[in-house]
Amino acid sequence: MTQPLFTGSEWDYEMLYRAIDECGIIAKEELKLDTYKNQLEIVTSEQMLDAYASVGMPIFYSHWSFGKKFSRERELYQKGKRGLAYELVINSNPCINYLMEENTACTQVLVIAHAAFGHNHFFKNNSVFRQWTDASGIVDYLVFAKKYIGDCEDRYGEDEVGKTLDAAHSLMMHGVDRYRRPTKLSLVKEKERQIDRMNYLEKSINDLWRTLPNVKVKVEEKEEIFPKSPEENLLYFLEKHSPVLKGWQREVLRIVRKIAQYFYPQYQTKVMNEGWASFCHYYIMNRLYDKGLLTEGAMLEFIQLHTSVLWQPPYSSKNYSGMNPYYLGFEIFMDIKRICTDPTEEDKEWFPQLIGKAWIDVCHDVVINYRDESFIRQHLSPYLIRKLKLFSLENDSNKTDYFVLAIHDRNGYKHIINKLADQYEIDAWVPKIEIVDADVKKTRMLILNYTNNNSRVLSSIHGEVINNIKKLWGHEVSLRSV
Amino acid sequence: MSNFIIIDRRKNPSGKNLPNRQRFLKRVRKHLSKQIKDAMKNRNIDQDGGEEIIVPKDDINEPGFDYDHNSGNWDRILPGNRDYLVGDKIEKTKSQPGTGGNEGSENSGPDDEFRFTISRDEYLDLVFDDLELPDMIKKSEKAAVITQRARAGFQINGTPSSIDLIRSLKNSIGRRVALHRPTKEQVDMQRLLVESLEKTADIDKQKEELNIAQLELEAMLKKQRSVSWIDPMDIRYKRWESRPVPNSRAVMFCLMDVSGSMGEKEKETSKRFFLLLYLFLIRQYTHVDIVFVRHTETAKECDEKEFFNSTESGGTVISTGLTLINDIITKRYPLNSWNIYTAQTTDGDNVSADNSRVSELLDILLKKVQYYVYLEIQSIPEYQNELFSSGIVNEIWKIMGDFSTVYDNLCFDKLGGIDAVVPAFRKIFSKEKKKTK
Repeated sequence: MTQPLFTGSEWDYEMLYRAIDECGIIAKEELKLDTYKNQLEIVTSEQMLDAYASVGMPIFYSHWSFGKKFSRERELYQKGKRGLAYELVINSNPCINYLMEENTACTQVLVIAHAAFGHNHFFKNNSVFRQWTDASGIVDYLVFAKKYIGDCEDRYGEDEVGKTLDAAHSLMMHGVDRYRRPTKLSLVKEKERQIDRMNYLEKSINDLWRTLPNVKVKVEEKEEIFPKSPEENLLYFLEKHSPVLKGWQREVLRIVRKIAQYFYPQYQTKVMNEGWASFCHYYIMNRLYDKGLLTEGAMLEFIQLHTSVLWQPPYSSKNYSGMNPYYLGFEIFMDIKRICTDPTEEDKEWFPQLIGKAWIDVCHDVVINYRDESFIRQHLSPYLIRKLKLFSLENDSNKTDYFVLAIHDRNGYKHIINKLADQYEIDAWVPKIEIVDADVKKTRMLILNYTNNNSRVLSSIHGEVINNIKKLWGHEVSLRSV
Repeated sequence: MSNFIIIDRRKNPSGKNLPNRQRFLKRVRKHLSKQIKDAMKNRNIDQDGGEEIIVPKDDINEPGFDYDHNSGNWDRILPGNRDYLVGDKIEKTKSQPGTGGNEGSENSGPDDEFRFTISRDEYLDLVFDDLELPDMIKKSEKAAVITQRARAGFQINGTPSSIDLIRSLKNSIGRRVALHRPTKEQVDMQRLLVESLEKTADIDKQKEELNIAQLELEAMLKKQRSVSWIDPMDIRYKRWESRPVPNSRAVMFCLMDVSGSMGEKEKETSKRFFLLLYLFLIRQYTHVDIVFVRHTETAKECDEKEFFNSTESGGTVISTGLTLINDIITKRYPLNSWNIYTAQTTDGDNVSADNSRVSELLDILLKKVQYYVYLEIQSIPEYQNELFSSGIVNEIWKIMGDFSTVYDNLCFDKLGGIDAVVPAFRKIFSKEKKKTK
């Protein structure tokens, strides 16, 4: 008879190594997962709080807003209002996983299955991540960013640097190239570019250069709109074209922009990423139990942990705060598995392409090629809509009533699938704002267009953001709603 | 599995967030100082635990472009439908379903407030912010007796242990370049050239070439021998010189009247003042001696525990305390190397025969000390307020008044009660005070 991985709730290193081996066998042979190397770090709760405050990264530059976040998290934790996450995982190579020392043995195994295998596989294989981020460069880049910003603080003062960061942070969601594929982060290139910038500066103040005879270039006077096409990446535009920023400020903007870009895939794949990791842990834990590696007690503890995270409160509950991405993603993956192995007539009608396929191949294909919006649009099934009892509610700002447009019946499925998928489009929660004109020849007024989507207005705080842009641009800024 | 590494980070220092925390506190500073002032009135300074701070959210906003969630036309998918059919209408109420969740309710207080707790250390830092012992530097300029060795350039002779390698080698390189000493690489190249020519040299022309090359090699080697790689004239030694350092040694005498005429309240006030002083000194100054003296009709030096805790009573003879302080100064704290401070609390109810003696001693002490704080504790019930202010003053107060016209290092004040301790303390030790004088 197989010896279970652990019996009480205490964990030790020997147990962790064994758990890694056993999970690894299932992950590799049955789930066919392909992961980066893993680095498990055992941390205290205090260190976990530290990591929270710096957006989960092992190293980050200093800014008051992280201090604020830390103060709030610690307050909530100490008053017992909120527990800490059991795990934190970083999209890096090697993939860094934090395990809290307070976790029970069962939780540790769950975290390893969830993060070290599930998330890790997702980071390495999903095309959005592959395209937009460079897992092996991020830690080096953050070290560089921390040092650069620290040096700036020494030279130009904490206040000045803080103000620039404030302004840049407020545009973080608008510092991303949504369509253009960014170049990969590379510390070496970053340094080279900096040296170029320094050399340029040196040239522009070197007296020798000043003695060169003036070369007169005739500038063709022509009314031209600048930028030629609307620019959605506000931070990029300001970094390159602001007439007032100093060299170091441009660098700071660049750092914020690069980091925003790194996080961009995570916003687009939250449902899938969490869903896939949960799917993996659920599968692995069940298989461990089948093999006699988990005791019944451990299995009960796992189910309790699992269901406390993976559930969807109904809209009318006071616990409701939107769709739970863990639950939605998990259920869709489970549903794909169900359709592949045991389809109903309805499934055959809706998903003919999945029938008869091996579920693991389908899941891998989904992990690689989709993001939340397309994932939901193509894989949310009528079965699941009924299970979740989804319905569609319309709000017309001019009417006193909400209106029920569709419910979980035959006429409503298509509508619900499309509308739910739309909710995961980035435009649904980040207002679309573009720079359309900078009037460089005359007033230098910067004109922004807000593409008004379904007559939704911007929250009142946007005035402050405009002020921040003014600081970075140095001249008037106007926002138009179109 | 070789694909896994486990690292135990628990021993790593936590507190990575300290710089962030400090920046955050700096940002909310103006709210802090106001709330600290209020808190100081109510709380005991030596009380453990932090202080809760409330900051309006507007001041620490992190703005960004966002939708106003109550506006616009949208349709949204919600889970958990039980009763609705297509075409049903739901009245809009205040609690709108699915309007973005409860993002705002992360904090315990009302939505426009941000609450957090500062630690006891952070609290004390704020309490003592901007305070200092006055005139710390005057004395040191007057009598700088301590010197410190400091680096000061280079010299051409000295002990081998003080050779400055980098400087010496720089000189050596300069000399070698100036005298055209061939480098090792150049010599090696030449040697290779000679060797290769030796192998192939058959015809005369090549032999001639070989000859030249050999001569050149010899010349190079000769030059190498005559111009040494490093020469005694290259060597530089580190130079040291003694510099006077400003003397910041200081001693604070705490003189407390514990006579019978001091009631419980007065004693409490007086202890509170000294406790504050004690905390201030040990936090802000590393090298300050503190001498505790309590007196009734006799004076006694004691340790801090006895000073703050033991109970005693008896008559009041202030001069005994002053005499003891004067003796201790003479014995242990020579004037040329110590900055001396004295703080005294009493109810001023001295034995009248002693007043002239106090006067003499004060004259001596005020010449020796940097700063003398005299606090008269008068907790008067409300109804006596007017009577008090109409000018019943005791002899000691008058003496202080007279001295203050002569000596500007005397600070005397009245303390009404516990509430008044912190403001009085800040007034006495504020950095601004000196400038206004």
